[in-house]
Amino acid sequence: MAENKSKTVLNRGSVQKIRELGLLGFIVILSVFIQCRNPSFLTAENLNDLITNTAILSLLSVGMMMVIITRGIDLSIGATLALSGMITAMTVRSHPALSPFLALLLGTTIGLLCGIVIGFLVAKTSILPIIATLGMMNVFRGMTFLISGGRWVSAHQMSSSFKHIATGSIFGVNHLILIAIITYLIFYYFINHTRTGRKIYAVGSNPQSARISGINVDRTLWLVYAIMGALTGLSGVLWVSKFASAQSNTAMGYEMNVIAACVVGGVSIAGGTGKVSGLLSGVLLLGILNNALPLLNVSPFWQDAIQGGIILLAVIVGALVRRNTDKKNLIGREE
Amino acid sequence: MKKLFVGILCLVMMISFAGTSAAAQTAGRYALIVKSAGNPYNENEMKGFAKAIKEIGGTAILKAPAEPTAEAQIMMIEQLIAQRVDAIAIAGNDPDALQPALTKAMKRGIKVLSLDSAVNPQSRMVHVNQADSEKIGRSLIQGIYEMIGGEGQIAILSATSQAANQNTWIEWMKKELKKEKYNKVELVKVAYGDDLRDKSVSETEALLKSYPNLRGIIAPTTVGIAAAGKVLSDKELKGKVELTGLGLPSEMAEYITNGICDWMYLWNPIDIGYLAGYTAHALVNGEITGKVGDTFTAGDLGKKEVIAVGGGTEIMLGAPFKFDAGNIDEWKEVY
Repeated sequence: MAENKSKTVLNRGSVQKIRELGLLGFIVILSVFIQCRNPSFLTAENLNDLITNTAILSLLSVGMMMVIITRGIDLSIGATLALSGMITAMTVRSHPALSPFLALLLGTTIGLLCGIVIGFLVAKTSILPIIATLGMMNVFRGMTFLISGGRWVSAHQMSSSFKHIATGSIFGVNHLILIAIITYLIFYYFINHTRTGRKIYAVGSNPQSARISGINVDRTLWLVYAIMGALTGLSGVLWVSKFASAQSNTAMGYEMNVIAACVVGGVSIAGGTGKVSGLLSGVLLLGILNNALPLLNVSPFWQDAIQGGIILLAVIVGALVRRNTDKKNLIGREE
Repeated sequence: MKKLFVGILCLVMMISFAGTSAAAQTAGRYALIVKSAGNPYNENEMKGFAKAIKEIGGTAILKAPAEPTAEAQIMMIEQLIAQRVDAIAIAGNDPDALQPALTKAMKRGIKVLSLDSAVNPQSRMVHVNQADSEKIGRSLIQGIYEMIGGEGQIAILSATSQAANQNTWIEWMKKELKKEKYNKVELVKVAYGDDLRDKSVSETEALLKSYPNLRGIIAPTTVGIAAAGKVLSDKELKGKVELTGLGLPSEMAEYITNGICDWMYLWNPIDIGYLAGYTAHALVNGEITGKVGDTFTAGDLGKKEVIAVGGGTEIMLGAPFKFDAGNIDEWKEVY
């Protein structure tokens, strides 16, 4: 009996692990299928392209995961990305000698400021995150239009050192990938091993008890949106550098890809749950879809539908696995 | 929020472009609705339109929706009908969806014309075409034929799969390819980058991997051709894969100068707006009615004639303009 119990009782940690393995298995099957259809999928060059193209999505997803864990959502990131990218690009246009590090710093600061404004609205004025960020999305997008006067900043107006941010590499690894890896290491440590990081989960799983146990809920919320903003600002500079063009409609609607990556990666919209390792597989799945659908030669009319279908499938599989293990847990407890 | 933003934007544009002609109310009020705000191409169309109306001595009302949707344009048409303007020129976001609103405008005596992107013949009196679709399609194929030395695989990178103008050009490209001269040229794929930077980059990369022997890419859209230029530059494929298409000179200056793209084509959006302004004027004062054979003088552009195309009538701006290393420097600052 005791032996039986230990088999069936699963703690939350292993539920998450099974879910991640399920998603990884799904990714492997998908990859095999794509490889059969187009043998150039699993080549060094394509994998390098795939990861480089997914780096910006992965940066944004870490921030979004923390926001969603606190039961929030940030719809403004596409607009924030465009604003920081545009201002940085315009600065580079007028000061070609600007050091790339300063450009990155400038973009990150602009994003941080945007995030602080949103954090203030959410934490201090108790506006629902979805409303606050929807409003600020339009404000930031409008600011981008006004500041740029509707004009784009094009490749020939950017210094080569600025474009080198996204194209350069160290030991054969692209800067974008390096920045993503460093960011993930930092936030893995921050979320799992610092007191502030753990407070984010506490605020998300039960704000009332978090408040009673002495956690400053407002400050935690504010911090989360500020971090999201800073990461978005950084992404804005990387985006503009990567594509060598700043448009005022850059990344319109991109927030939906980021939210999708989080949800596929096991971050619950209800708040309180989500892990960096799970998030990585979610980001990977979205990256693979963006990379592989063009390789599969499917009709453009079907591409979006297929992408949506696969995302839905991954989420359903995750939900089923969780329900199954939850049920087993319950049975275990009853016994 | 969005409405307010559009309103502010329109106000700003009206002040900046049409502020000077506010006194000349008597000479008529001419409205222009472009596809969307924040695109330099559309900004220049508005600039040309405002210039023509100023020469006529009328008042220009310039409108740009925040997003390129038919719904947003329908709302603007309704507003203009209420304002009893004399003429509406529109770059349609959908060929058919605008029909009820535009026929309502015509019934109230407002002269309706489309420019750049046509609405269906029942919804307009005449269409101002940027350039002959046939000439564009055929010139692009002739261009790539010359660049790749007469044989090899080519691919097309378009905007969205539903974009009316791109699809017409692609049809003409296919017709041109049927000629015996192009026996050794093979069109392997039409890919769709949806006018998004990230998707256009992924599609270009997929083309290069799926067709290792690819010799040329034709991208008849500015985001697509610039994204392809960026990918070919980064992968150092100069001379291996040729690139041509339609793009903004400012966006393409970098890739024409570095030799990735030998030449590309575009018309002058200022001239389209300018011609539309004079056409609207000719319709309002009864010089033309939109029938085949009508002629009028369009300011600096000289004499123009109404011709029959498809089920409706059109006025042609002329053949597309060729941009190469010789003239790109003077044009990259213009638009």
